[in-house]
Amino acid sequence: MERHTISVLVNDQPGVLARVANLFGRRGFNIDSITVGPSEEKGLSRMVIVTTGDDKTIEQVTKQLHKLIDVIKVQELSSGPMVAREILLLKVDASPATRAEISGIVEPFRASIVDVGPQSMIVQATGDSEKIDALTELLRPYGIRELARTGVTAMSRGVAAVRA
Amino acid sequence: MSRDMLVAQKPEVPPIKQGEVITGADALLRSLLLENVEYVFGYPGGAVLPIYDSLYGSHLKHILSRHEQGAIHAADGYARATGKPGVVIATSGPGATNLVTGIATAQMDSIPLVVITGNVAQNLIGTDAFQEADITGISLPITKHNYFVRDIKDLPRIVKEAFHIATTGRPGPVLIDIPKDVNNAKAPFYYPETVNIRGYNPTLKPNKMQVDRLISAISEAKKPVIMAGGGVIASGSEKELLEFAEKTGIPVICTLMGLGAFPGTHPLALGWPGMHGNYASNQAILNCDLLIGIGNRFDDRITMGRTKEFAPNAKIIHIDVDPAEIGKNVDTFIPLVGDVKLVLEAALEKAEKADTTVWIEQLKEWDAKHPFSYKNNTGNLKPQAVIEMIYETTNGEAIVTTDVGQHQMWTAQFYKFNQPRSFISSGGLGTMGFGFPAAIGAQFAHPDRLVISVNGDGGFQMNQQELAIISGHNIPVKVVILNNKCLGMVRQWQELFYDNRYSQVDLTHSPDFVKLAEAYGVKGLRAETEEEARKVWMEALQHPGPAVVEFVVESGENVYPMVAAGTTLDQMHMGDEK
Repeated sequence: MERHTISVLVNDQPGVLARVANLFGRRGFNIDSITVGPSEEKGLSRMVIVTTGDDKTIEQVTKQLHKLIDVIKVQELSSGPMVAREILLLKVDASPATRAEISGIVEPFRASIVDVGPQSMIVQATGDSEKIDALTELLRPYGIRELARTGVTAMSRGVAAVRA
Repeated sequence: MSRDMLVAQKPEVPPIKQGEVITGADALLRSLLLENVEYVFGYPGGAVLPIYDSLYGSHLKHILSRHEQGAIHAADGYARATGKPGVVIATSGPGATNLVTGIATAQMDSIPLVVITGNVAQNLIGTDAFQEADITGISLPITKHNYFVRDIKDLPRIVKEAFHIATTGRPGPVLIDIPKDVNNAKAPFYYPETVNIRGYNPTLKPNKMQVDRLISAISEAKKPVIMAGGGVIASGSEKELLEFAEKTGIPVICTLMGLGAFPGTHPLALGWPGMHGNYASNQAILNCDLLIGIGNRFDDRITMGRTKEFAPNAKIIHIDVDPAEIGKNVDTFIPLVGDVKLVLEAALEKAEKADTTVWIEQLKEWDAKHPFSYKNNTGNLKPQAVIEMIYETTNGEAIVTTDVGQHQMWTAQFYKFNQPRSFISSGGLGTMGFGFPAAIGAQFAHPDRLVISVNGDGGFQMNQQELAIISGHNIPVKVVILNNKCLGMVRQWQELFYDNRYSQVDLTHSPDFVKLAEAYGVKGLRAETEEEARKVWMEALQHPGPAVVEFVVESGENVYPMVAAGTTLDQMHMGDEK
């Protein structure tokens, strides 16, 4: 069972997310994460879905997605070189005594402190999921108050593009 | 309405000025006329009052059912009998949810339907208003596509797209939900001439290399077999299939949905496979070295869910217009995506005779060993005997619809279908209550043909209220009820797998079906012996109008052969053979 990242270009219409989510739900496919936002073309949105399954399952996922009328294009990004990123916002307990220490952890991750309160800080990090996981584990001992991740968005490296 | 009057007159579209300002409801009906819709089946209600007001005096013929489920199964029967899309209208809320079983039935068997529902006005949407239901949400997993119309300006385009999507590629139901304010709004009417849907371009033309691989696989095969499914009928390629089979000499199994795609009495016809199929078909699957699936989907009533052990010695070639079907259930050696008709046309150019003489001898031997049969020895009327009689007396030329259960299997076993679109049955969803209203739709589609609806006493009662349609329109559907006074198929499973614990299958308190028919003004007949059966059946056939014929049959009869779920096709139980 491998992780796969799929880029799906869809019509920017009400209900499209429901169609995609429903398809995954009813056919027993996993959604590890799903991100949706505008694409390079007006009227089209791009979804990036991370799913787990064997090759046969991924083939079915791709084919079934294609059958949705509002789906314009489907491509499995993880079959080739790709860039995959997500954003982390993490609110960590931070007293004046530990602020500097936390900043020292955050720095090599090229993450940043985007909010400082009397008892806490918010750390913002961008990167692949492994990097986000690693940073989270390093911050865990300080006390994580709240954590939010966007899920992965991704595209293939090089000139090739998932275009309509 | 007499039978002659039913001969469909092509609806004349009233002259439509481009840009004429009309209501959404008028725009809907004009769009339907422009799509050459002949009949709409439906049931009115609050949210569709504007549509029904526009229908008043319209050129469209509307058939009023007594339940929305009856309406949609009738539209489905119309579609199966013609290949044209069936159209159904229902109101919001309960009207729409009553369509759900019918939509799912059509989706499972790839039947083109355009389903129109009303909804509450948009200022009430989301407020749990009176008779509000989220039918686009509810029907999302059981439609090919669906629409919620937000703006009257989109309505004609959406109707055009709905008909296109329903009828092209792999056909299926498309739902259009129209809120009341859109039906009441006015706008200039422009009907688009073409359809341009960016995300919808079914692959119809086959890949030439894959066709060549098919041809060479045939030339290498010693024991090839074709499995023809409903896709052959959907694509209208029965002639091409016949030519292909005759040219190559490859014997043909039809699936239940494919019955009639290949003439059932042809020397190359093997029968149908699976749980209640015949011995020769199942042996062919077990022993073939090449299995060519055409417009079928290797459903679990054929593979028995044991897909790794299915056709264990064969290379499987799968031809289908839906790429997602290929490789979904069984591993495929040669995938061939395309419209079945275009694939067969391409294959016919190069196809050559395969050496199948020895193989066919073997298949004939298997068929002679275990044909479909039953023991007629109890003195009670056997349901299989009734079907045999119906087959003989109609020369196999009737359109026969079935409901779901034992009688469905017996009809498929003992009626040989030579023409496509003459066996109409809910194969995928297995919807009880389907058969009778489907026959009504088929009869409206073919007023001059004999339409027979074969039912059990259970399923008939699920939509028996539609007797009102055949009575009111005096359409000559012959309704057969094989009354075994129980839910036969469930009873059979309880006997075989639940130690004779017959739980909730006794239907002895059903109505007197003769009196029920008469209450609706329909001729009612009953038979309890073979002699009576033939007499009343001939009387029904000679009666110019509709008739309900109840055959009181052996109640403990089981359907054989049978392959139990979860076992494999080599484990066939033959039952009491002749």
